[in-house]
Amino acid sequence: MAKKIDQNQVIKVAKLSRLDLTEDEVQEFTGQLSAILDYVEKMNELDTAGVEPLAHCLPVSNVLREDSAKESLGTEKVLANAPQRDDEFFKVPKILDDGSGA
Amino acid sequence: MEELSAKELRDKIAARQISSLEATEAVFKRIDKLEPVIGAYISTYHDLALEKAADVDRRIAAGQSVGQLAGVPVALKDNMCTTFGATTCASRILENFHAPYNATVVEKLLAADAVIVGKANMDEFAMGSSTENSGLKQTINPWDASRVPGGSSGGSCAAVAGRLCFAALGSDTGGSIRQPASFCGVVGLKPTYGCVSRYGLVAYGSSLDQIGPITQTVTDSALMMNVIAGHDPADSTSVDENISPVFDYLEKLYEPLDKLTIAIVPQFAAGADRQVQKAITEAIDVYKKLGAEIIEVNMPHLDYAIAAYYLIATAEASSNLARYDGVHYGHRSEKAEDYIEVYSKSRAEAFGKEVKRRIMLGTYALSSGYYDAYYLKALKVRNLIRADFTGVFEKCDCIMMPVSPTTAFKIGEKVDDPLTMYLSDIYTIAANLAGIPGISVPCGFDDNNLPIGLQILAPAFGEDKLLRIARMFENQTDWHKRKAPDIS
Amino acid sequence: MSSDLHYKLIVGLEIHVQLCTKSKMFCGCAVEFGQKPNSRVCPVCLGMPGVLPVMNKQAFEYAVLVGLALNCEIAQFTKWDRKSYYYPDLPKNYQISQYDLPLSANGYIEIPLESGKTKNISIIRAHLEEDAGKNLHTAGNFSQVDLNRTGTPLLEIVTEPDMNSAAEVRALAVELQRMVRFLGVSEADMQKGHMRFEPNINLIITRDGTEYRTPIVEIKNLNSFRALERSVDYEQARQLDEFLENGVVMGMGNKTTRGWDDEKEITVLQREKEEAHDYRYFPDPDLVPVKMTPQWLSEIQGRLCELPIKRQLRYVDQYKLSDYDAGVLTADRSTSDLFDEAVKAGAEPKRLCNIITQTGLKIANEKGCSAGDLGLKAQSVANLAGMIEGGTISAGSAGQIFEAMVETGKEPEVLAEELNLIQKSDAGELEAIVDKVLADNPKAVDDVTGGGKKSKKARGFLLGQVMQKSKGQANPKVVSEILVKKLG
Ligand SMILES: [Mg+2]
Ligand SMILES: [Zn+2]
Repeated sequence: MAKKIDQNQVIKVAKLSRLDLTEDEVQEFTGQLSAILDYVEKMNELDTAGVEPLAHCLPVSNVLREDSAKESLGTEKVLANAPQRDDEFFKVPKILDDGSGA
Repeated sequence: MEELSAKELRDKIAARQISSLEATEAVFKRIDKLEPVIGAYISTYHDLALEKAADVDRRIAAGQSVGQLAGVPVALKDNMCTTFGATTCASRILENFHAPYNATVVEKLLAADAVIVGKANMDEFAMGSSTENSGLKQTINPWDASRVPGGSSGGSCAAVAGRLCFAALGSDTGGSIRQPASFCGVVGLKPTYGCVSRYGLVAYGSSLDQIGPITQTVTDSALMMNVIAGHDPADSTSVDENISPVFDYLEKLYEPLDKLTIAIVPQFAAGADRQVQKAITEAIDVYKKLGAEIIEVNMPHLDYAIAAYYLIATAEASSNLARYDGVHYGHRSEKAEDYIEVYSKSRAEAFGKEVKRRIMLGTYALSSGYYDAYYLKALKVRNLIRADFTGVFEKCDCIMMPVSPTTAFKIGEKVDDPLTMYLSDIYTIAANLAGIPGISVPCGFDDNNLPIGLQILAPAFGEDKLLRIARMFENQTDWHKRKAPDIS
Repeated sequence: MSSDLHYKLIVGLEIHVQLCTKSKMFCGCAVEFGQKPNSRVCPVCLGMPGVLPVMNKQAFEYAVLVGLALNCEIAQFTKWDRKSYYYPDLPKNYQISQYDLPLSANGYIEIPLESGKTKNISIIRAHLEEDAGKNLHTAGNFSQVDLNRTGTPLLEIVTEPDMNSAAEVRALAVELQRMVRFLGVSEADMQKGHMRFEPNINLIITRDGTEYRTPIVEIKNLNSFRALERSVDYEQARQLDEFLENGVVMGMGNKTTRGWDDEKEITVLQREKEEAHDYRYFPDPDLVPVKMTPQWLSEIQGRLCELPIKRQLRYVDQYKLSDYDAGVLTADRSTSDLFDEAVKAGAEPKRLCNIITQTGLKIANEKGCSAGDLGLKAQSVANLAGMIEGGTISAGSAGQIFEAMVETGKEPEVLAEELNLIQKSDAGELEAIVDKVLADNPKAVDDVTGGGKKSKKARGFLLGQVMQKSKGQANPKVVSEILVKKLG
């Protein structure tokens, strides 16, 4: 039977997930994810036409807070766990592309 | 003293028959002796705990008012943020992470004057059913050192079963409180989604995660709920009093239940081991003898719960875990040569296999071209599952079924076969998808003297009734009084 | 080779506008520009493990207000989605945004054209999202990350490609800036990055009766009107050249992204990441939907004001002001409000307009505020205009009085006295001066009465003499009348 997901797809998903997988891992995951995806195909036995997707069980809406500013954490605490810092900044290797997507 | 329940201990401390300091020291004595074998804790806070205990004793002696858990040594699953010690989620990516804030439940425990003994081991990021996926250490089942304690709250349950604390908090995304509770022979409650604040609980599957108590008795569970339940403005998904009235669960516990209708799902439960089935049947007989009416129901969509769950939970997880990237906190690879590699190498080095697998699965389920077939389909199936529950709860007060198809399995037995491991969550997952509360109470032992748990499920925000139903059983049986042997 | 060639520029805009709330969109950190790096950051906007967002009500209402001003339909049900991408200024590695159910859609904005006419540009949608932080690349071999801006509420507005010239694109940008300032929802300060533009540009070219479309180019993150206008102009020329040279048309390549080089004034092709644009949107499980009730909507509707473009048109239409003057008056809300209130208090609109646009704006510029924010009462300004109108003061001295009003806060009547600027209009008093001047200048009197070429000049001379003798305080209008009476 054809695999639900092949190695190339696994490599693509790993890239999307920012996971630098070893070749062994790619191979292992290809098999395991295929088995899992095969299993979840089971859902197709159900006719879900007209069924609303349920993202949340809560009977709640409009949770809003008043717009008032509170004390922030303080720069030292903000940077306390930083793997690398440069003065008051987080430090990362040079960013060459512009991936900002706001 | 370690034979006392949390509530009994609390009452004795309040009555000054035992000091909190004595109780806490006794716990640490057991930790010294048994923890090297059990491996329940990722970190313990000896000095901090004794300081708190002494403070509680002082205040009680001075006649000052103290909280509901005054002086009781408790443990936290290590996915709840604390300003003391590290919060690791049993992951190497957070091994040295020190949170600058306390989770709301931690604040509540501290305000209730609980003594926090330590933070318990778990499957990394709560992903697993055996605690074997911990990136930091192994926890064994106190009933049998060759077996898993269940997961993902395996450390919390082993700590309670091993009496390395008097009660603990766990988190339950697909059974992670109830299943290890059943494996370890303790009581584990997953509250209704929205009942307990998630603020400060490191997220796995945000629409499924709930914090709940792990205790020796149902009464202790009610006591813990008194402390942790309630609306939190910092959690938009925590409900207010209009939806979930805040009960005194302890007081409610003793209200009589005049008529009780219990639903069972025979076809569904038939998948469990023979010995598990037998214990469940006997447990239901106990209720029958007490006058409960038992009805058989069909819940056709429960069979699809695992499929839906492993897509929804992993989709949410893939997003929730994106933040662990080695930029602002957590592990950063030393091999990264550019900023993209900071992400991909840090994550590859520090996440365990199960975490990677679930991130991959979730990413795939959300990615373009697959979203509708996997993620969206799963949300629709989720709705059908919830509808099954809604329909059944119109006819009954609760549903009873096994917690797990088997008792605790051997360490290493399923670790290389993720799908088989996933399939063992069959009985617990649906409650998370439907957002309803569920409890596991000890209801027997198999031939290997391994505990079996009875699962009771109730309608949303019906914790009070659920606890009363569970206590009825506990009153009639002695299973919860059996203690795991001190293994060395 | 000659051919018949026409082309039409097609531009749509994506605009991000920062809302001027006190606190961020999902946490309590202050929204403040220019603070110490990473000083306006808390666990929530730092994306720490376990944190949860809670929606800022003001940000939501501001967004709805803009939606209303843009003539959009306001969604009765809206929700939050996660948009996934990895970037160091985005600590969660997903942005909370809105995907399939934006809070407003299907509107239009009316923009002024140079002809004095207006044009409606369709708005596809306007939704709310959180801003990212800032990556700085000036430090050498590495980049720095500042998260102060992370989580600032951002309104994303997407127009249809309805603009056909760089001037129209600019007009929309300017109009939108004026609108959000009028509504008080954004400072819209371009230098602080409060407004960022991303035009999508292509051409429809007709050559020898055949129509071609050039591939769409998106220019990223423009933050000045000048850059916006120039980049559109540049792209128009570049795409035409490219078409003529290579015949590149749409469909042969996907949409490309270009950046604007402000120094060279050219657009530059940006390298796309391999797996770009698989944002894996899905509903954020940490947030609940927002339902708009009719009461709430009408409450927000009540905060709408007459939009600047409408005011500008009204000033031209009703008060016969020039389009230019009307534009100047409506450039900001407080100036325009001052004008409207002073008109209501009885000021003659043209006179008033002159006072405000000349002296008022001059002083305001010096003070770095708007004319409406000089602290003047509308009634006082109306009185000043009235004094000119009634001849009590000259138009020239009005400026001096206006300045003094700002300085001292005194009423114009008082200042006119104090500064000795009240014009003499008493006919008797002025007649005596005129008689004296006529007696002293017989030659000029002859010239006037003699008529012809010299008459007009001599009349002016005599008027000047009278003004001089009265130390400038004579009302020239009255003096002219006396001269006519005396000399014909
Ligand atoms: Mg955007
Ligand atoms: Zn913040």
